[in-house]
Amino acid sequence: MLAFYWVPNAPVEGFRQRIFYLHVPVALTAYACFVAGAWKALRLLWTRDQRYDLESYTAVHMGVIFGVLTLATGSIWARTSWGVWWTWGERQLVLFLVLFLFYSAYFMLRFSVEPGPRRANLSAVYALFGVVLIPISFLAIRLAENLIHPVVFSRDVDENLTAGQFLTFLVCLAGTLALAGALYLNELTGKRVDERLRELREALS
Amino acid sequence: MTAYVADVTALARKDLRLELRSRDTLPAMLLFVVSVLVVFNFSLPAGSSRPAAYGLLWVAIVFTALLGLARAFAAEREQRLLDGLVLAPCDRSAIWLGKVISMFALLLVAEAVALPAFALFFAPVDVSLVAGLLLADVGLAAVGTLLAAMAAASRARELLLPLLLLPLVIPLVVGGVGASIAADPGRYLAFLGLYDLVFAILSWASFEYVVTE
Repeated sequence: MLAFYWVPNAPVEGFRQRIFYLHVPVALTAYACFVAGAWKALRLLWTRDQRYDLESYTAVHMGVIFGVLTLATGSIWARTSWGVWWTWGERQLVLFLVLFLFYSAYFMLRFSVEPGPRRANLSAVYALFGVVLIPISFLAIRLAENLIHPVVFSRDVDENLTAGQFLTFLVCLAGTLALAGALYLNELTGKRVDERLRELREALS
Repeated sequence: MTAYVADVTALARKDLRLELRSRDTLPAMLLFVVSVLVVFNFSLPAGSSRPAAYGLLWVAIVFTALLGLARAFAAEREQRLLDGLVLAPCDRSAIWLGKVISMFALLLVAEAVALPAFALFFAPVDVSLVAGLLLADVGLAAVGTLLAAMAAASRARELLLPLLLLPLVIPLVVGGVGASIAADPGRYLAFLGLYDLVFAILSWASFEYVVTE
């Protein structure tokens, strides 16, 4: 799990480029979590099997956690590379900000509806909207770049990775995905235990 | 097929007739949009560019739509009619489509008032802006009606709808503002069309799940 702390190959661009090994895997993992959440949501609506509700919710929760990490690491990277904490010219950050807002509203939705199949349905539909929003927002942000602030910062990171860097990147990606998976299973088990406990309490009283 | 069309027409006509008789949502929307434009006069600093005014017009449109949408399912909720509608022997998505049509009509009327006011106060209005508005209205009505139904099922109601809607309409604002100010509005109008297509189909298909258990 802690593979992403261990960077064996020294990158050419300098020490601050190392955050790339953390930022991009975290971002990709967040996307993966949102897609997994939407897939579980689709399964819920398809089969009406209620256990997918908790799985979808936990996946979205993981996605939001990793989304916050993406925004934080992206901010740090922007600060070290360009001297500002935030820039609207950075597509990934803007996209994540929009998604973060969207999925935060997911939690608001979830906690304002009584638990039950109704809440499961609403959450599932909303999670599906989220995953459709990802490409649409990406297109929108690309279009918007011509309207709002011009991109003044060019990446000083050479886009072509050497073989050693690529290997490190893959290791970090695998590590982050494994971390997400472990956290997901952990949280899911915890939530199912809570649910079972609640059922038992209600049955006893 | 014709039964579906008949259902949709009946529902849309019901909503529009209700609105014409009660006259509570539409006057509020009209007054709101004009008031917001007046507020913009005071919020735009002296040397502001013309494109900034177009941007603010779109903000005004989005918030006026929010106002109208908040009332979309109000009657159904207050008198518990939604269960009756759902039990009716029609496809549930017909409820959605009927509401979308009536909401689209309300937005059209609101913009018919807003655009002359905007042209008077700020900047001229051209064809690409109107086209952008029409396309964006479809998207706003489609997504907004679905989310209004979701919000109606929750405890938070009026608080929830803006939170749910605003991230989803960011692409609409981008497309609309682009269509208003860019030299080549075609790309932005095409994008608005894409948004409408994708989200209208998604909303139409998932409305069933939002109103039933």
